[in-house]
Amino acid sequence: MTGARASGLKTSDLTRQRRRSAWLFLLPMLVVLAAVAGWPLVRTVYYSFTDATLATLDAYARVGLDNYLWLMRDPVWWRAVWNTVLFTVVSVSLETALGLVVALTLNAHLPGRGLLRAAVLIPWAIPTVVSAQMWGWMFHDLYGVVNAALLGIGVIAQPQAWTADPNLALPVVIAVDVWKSTPFMALLILAALQMLPQDIYEAARVDGVHPVKVFFRITLPLIRPALMVAVLFRTLDALRVFDLMYVLTGNSRSTMSMSVYARQYLIDFQDVGYGSAAATLLVLILALATVAAITLGRVRFEAGR
Amino acid sequence: MRLRRTAGRIAFGILVLGIVVYAVFPFYWAIVTSLKAGSALFTVEAWPSQPSLDNYRAIFSQQPFGRNILNSLGVSLSVVALSLGLAVAAAYALGRVRFRGRTLLLLVVLGVSMFPQVAVLSGLFELVRWLGLYNRMGSLVLSYMIFTLPFTVWVLTTFMRELPKELEEAAMVDGASPFVIVTRVFLPLMGPALAATGLLAFIAAWNEFLFALTFTLTDEARTVPVAIALMSGASQYELPWGQIMAASVVVTVPLIALVLVFQRRIVSGLTAGAVKG
Repeated sequence: MTGARASGLKTSDLTRQRRRSAWLFLLPMLVVLAAVAGWPLVRTVYYSFTDATLATLDAYARVGLDNYLWLMRDPVWWRAVWNTVLFTVVSVSLETALGLVVALTLNAHLPGRGLLRAAVLIPWAIPTVVSAQMWGWMFHDLYGVVNAALLGIGVIAQPQAWTADPNLALPVVIAVDVWKSTPFMALLILAALQMLPQDIYEAARVDGVHPVKVFFRITLPLIRPALMVAVLFRTLDALRVFDLMYVLTGNSRSTMSMSVYARQYLIDFQDVGYGSAAATLLVLILALATVAAITLGRVRFEAGR
Repeated sequence: MRLRRTAGRIAFGILVLGIVVYAVFPFYWAIVTSLKAGSALFTVEAWPSQPSLDNYRAIFSQQPFGRNILNSLGVSLSVVALSLGLAVAAAYALGRVRFRGRTLLLLVVLGVSMFPQVAVLSGLFELVRWLGLYNRMGSLVLSYMIFTLPFTVWVLTTFMRELPKELEEAAMVDGASPFVIVTRVFLPLMGPALAATGLLAFIAAWNEFLFALTFTLTDEARTVPVAIALMSGASQYELPWGQIMAASVVVTVPLIALVLVFQRRIVSGLTAGAVKG
């Protein structure tokens, strides 16, 4: 198509050659992604309309929407949806608020900053499974340090079974996630803070604007785009949470997330059809959340810049 | 005025101290617990009165934890090598060549990074079994590509795009092929970007749990996170907390060391992947 152009025939040859090799360079990555992401996703959606089990993955009957209908009638599934949404909203809000505090502290030019940044990176570096075990031990009902400390200062009258009590288990899971994920939030916010133009702050100081007002009128609006991206990333991560619940409370219904529910059916109960339906719904919910965030929150990705 | 300033400084100091204690205490407590043997485990004290390394000996003698560490190392290093190799090639195409569908491809790659792992579990299980990789490390190296490839491709593409055009043009005038351009011109300049993304990929692979839990069966084939999550003691009702904490400390210390040494690179890698992404 470019050959019709009279001028620059040689460049267009070169361009075409470059394009061809570009696809060649992309091919291995695309093949791998198609094998580990595209094809398995297609299979999951397909299985969700069948009664396949883990033992009979190649001998199954199509059952139409049956799996989805059962899912709609299962109170445990709705409990898992509610747990996941509650977990996501509460932990992401707390992480954003705490992340802002930590980022503003890191951004202040005061001594002890290096130490603070190093300390903050530690929860981020610790594997989720390990942090779940560490906190599981701290929240232990008989020998945990949390019970000992709270009893010592008189906040609670008797030891609490933190991870076994259905009313306390989800708050505990949220607390562990806040500890683990706030650093990520703080680092992303810090990066945004460090790109802010300093002259606005000079001007605000000369005019004697109160620091709180400076934060809400200048800082927050300016870092909003970066903040929205960070919130979106954390939200998508929180909606598919698995490790924390699985390690802290096993398959307990009081904390079960959608991922835990789907995996329990897929692997433990070997009901691939039903588990796939749950997994497919999770994908749909994630896709909806992304679309909502991009349109409502006006999140912009600088993709084809 | 001066009083207010001092008060402000003290408040700030307390805030910093509070954050540091909050961030570090659980890890400190894991170290304390790991050094307690026998019934000392069940007393709450700031430092064990008789520190002992029994738990550390036990994880390597009673549990196949040495084997688990080797598994994790092997898987993570293979994942890093493979995803960097694939991503450098892809990033050249996506970052340096203009072609139709480039933006769409980048968005697809970004979309893959948002997949919930459980959504590909049944399909991957089928693939893993078909390839004969069940209960083998290969299944994990393959499946981990789903989360390491998208962000390595994304970050390296951003980096490639920023490199000066003149470099490539000079090489092209000399008649260099795209392969030579990537390996001889760009690769030597990409050290920092490769280190940052490689480190993040390593940490992600080292920490992964769901696939490792599902695609391995025997104690010897497990990776570190699965081993720590499923560690059991003499009786099935009593968890060996001392050993669990010892194992946690063993796998976390090198990670923390890596993170502290490469803090700046990690922070820049994370932000390139997320804020710019």
